[in-house]
Amino acid sequence: MSTAIPIDTRRKTVTTAPAQSIEWLGIVALLAVMTAQVLGVLNSPPDRDMGHLQKIMYVHVPAAWNAFIAFFAVAIASLLYLWKGEERYDLVAASAAEVGTLFTGLTLALGSIWGRPTWGVWWTWDPRLTSTAVLFIVFVGYLALRSFVEDSDRRAQWSAAVGLLGALNVPIVYMSVKWWRTLHQMQSSPSTVDPEFVVGLRTNGVAILLVLIYFITKRYRAARMERAAEHLAERVALGGA
Amino acid sequence: MMDFGRAQAKSLVNIAGVKSLPARAVEEARLYVSASLLRILQTCATNRVNNAPPPTVKLDRLSRRFGTRWALRAVTLEVQPGEIVGVIGHNGSGKSTLLRVISTALRPSVGDGWIYGHHLVREAVTVRRHIGFLAHAPGLYEDLTATENLIFAARMFGIAEDGIEGVLERVGLAHARAERVRGFSAGMQRRLALARLILGAPRVLLLDEPYNNFDPQGIELVNDVIQDVANAGGSALVVLHDQRQGERVLDRVIELNRGALVVNPADVQPLTFATPSGLPA
Amino acid sequence: MAFAHDMRRVRAIVWKDLASERRSKAGFNAVAFLGVLILLLFGFALGPDTEALRDAAAGALWLAILFAGVLAFNRSYQLELDGAALEPLLLYPAPRWTIFAGKFVANLLFVLLLELIIVPVAIVLFQVKSGAGWLPAIGVNLLGSVGFVALGTFYASMASRSRAREVLLPLLLFPMLVPVLLAATEASSSLLAGNPMRDAGAWAQLLAVFDVIFLVASFLAFDHVIEV
Repeated sequence: MSTAIPIDTRRKTVTTAPAQSIEWLGIVALLAVMTAQVLGVLNSPPDRDMGHLQKIMYVHVPAAWNAFIAFFAVAIASLLYLWKGEERYDLVAASAAEVGTLFTGLTLALGSIWGRPTWGVWWTWDPRLTSTAVLFIVFVGYLALRSFVEDSDRRAQWSAAVGLLGALNVPIVYMSVKWWRTLHQMQSSPSTVDPEFVVGLRTNGVAILLVLIYFITKRYRAARMERAAEHLAERVALGGA
Repeated sequence: MMDFGRAQAKSLVNIAGVKSLPARAVEEARLYVSASLLRILQTCATNRVNNAPPPTVKLDRLSRRFGTRWALRAVTLEVQPGEIVGVIGHNGSGKSTLLRVISTALRPSVGDGWIYGHHLVREAVTVRRHIGFLAHAPGLYEDLTATENLIFAARMFGIAEDGIEGVLERVGLAHARAERVRGFSAGMQRRLALARLILGAPRVLLLDEPYNNFDPQGIELVNDVIQDVANAGGSALVVLHDQRQGERVLDRVIELNRGALVVNPADVQPLTFATPSGLPA
Repeated sequence: MAFAHDMRRVRAIVWKDLASERRSKAGFNAVAFLGVLILLLFGFALGPDTEALRDAAAGALWLAILFAGVLAFNRSYQLELDGAALEPLLLYPAPRWTIFAGKFVANLLFVLLLELIIVPVAIVLFQVKSGAGWLPAIGVNLLGSVGFVALGTFYASMASRSRAREVLLPLLLFPMLVPVLLAATEASSSLLAGNPMRDAGAWAQLLAVFDVIFLVASFLAFDHVIEV
């Protein structure tokens, strides 16, 4: 038959999109964030150094944690794609990267906003913040690579390799920047381990994790629908079904 | 073979009906002997089939997609040793893609292929030892001389460099051996690409429009090379637009239409162009 | 036996890249001059004060090497892309790592030659006092170059084949080189200024670990990105 489409029995391509709604997760995440933020703001006393400014940590730190979780997800999905070759892993990686970039940008912006009243400058070369800035550029590079490559297989292979190598570098970057800073004896970063703040940070961390999962899932589903539609259009154009 | 079976069935009935012990023993012995003979004959037949030389090229529902576009669709074919096959089809029908997948430059998305029984993906390095690919573009290093390009090729093939002079003479480039490829004409570059191909001593030729840019002597040269490979028990797949150029050497011609092998000319469908929404107009 | 063939292949690729580079007339000289120019510009930008220059010397040197080096990496693949020679290169019965190894060695030689020119110019322009630790400083430089070239060769294999290659290679490569930049500049500064070896030793160790990790990772990942 000259119009047959080969059946992709190895399920490497994305031809369907998930049907169940996950809006409930969005609502739960929103409620969780609101609750955690209110609890954090109300329950913690003013910090001895920073006063009420410390409360920005309840968004800044969970955002940072979740940015790293997103990047970790990118690394795992990339590894799975290189190993198994199934298109959906590439879509997971891309979705996690987009959301991760958002959270990383948020972390940097909040870090900057915190720094201004505290040190009088918009940027401190604090090891964690600096490593986050490098992570941000790695994410942006990943997304730029994806936008510059047309062919979807090549795009998937290349971004998987770039994502993995980037992930490999994150701990090394962090260590180098930390050493660099201690050598030059600069000011230390805000403490995040004081017991009175830990509970608030952790609850907010979990709440923002829910937001992360919700965003990534929505983005992934949109990507799957797009790919499935492209595959369908191809089949229709060829005249088969 | 069917008669044997009936004979056995008759013997069984006979055994059941025979009463005396020695007669039954004789009957059972006869059954045993005939069954063994049957088995031996079957094994001989299978062995003869297995010992037949494998086809040079064997493709099983080979398919390749680029993104969502299927460039090759379920191509199944076999090429026997000594066979020279021409490949024709519209522009964009997948002829070049077919050659590139067989050469292992591209991996198949679905389906399998074998060269002399070696799998295209799993035994790719072995496959590359057997094939010789001539692409549209010559793929030479323009700042190196002809000889240097071939020295590089010999080293990459893993063979000795003493065959280079002979190969250059064969393609008629011996006079230009020390000239840089940058100064070569298109025809000379193709000859050098052909020389590189011959150097690798391939058994399966994959030629993508090899007659382009060649004068009549060049076309004869290509046909000679193809004939030599076929005579030595190899095969060739030659993509061409004009069947007449390869008339001297082609054994048969296959046609591709939009990535699929045309079996019945009546199946050939005109290309429809999809509207921007992706659905046909 | 097979390994001997593979080493022959690696050497062949190194020879081919370097011979082509030498004959293409434009290449190396222009890149070396660009490196010198960058140093000059840094000199102007950071002011004529000797102390400021000395403090900035290692940093300016490494930035000049990085910016000049990325040009070399893209050029190495340009060689294949111009004549559409990449496909024939991939069709030899050669394991892919030999291609990466060959390009890596050729690029490393190119970058080291570049440094042979840029480093003395930096020492002169930035009025660096050559302290006792100049030999280990060369060692640190070598370690840094290996990491730089490994990642550069790897990322260039992708960037050179996509749109906007001039911006994509630095965008992908430079964030990965932050540890190299920090380690190389800190170690060089402390060695040349005669600081205790301990600092430099730790940085050198970091560079060595970085080199090993990313050489291995690049070798493994190259297979996936060169073919598609």
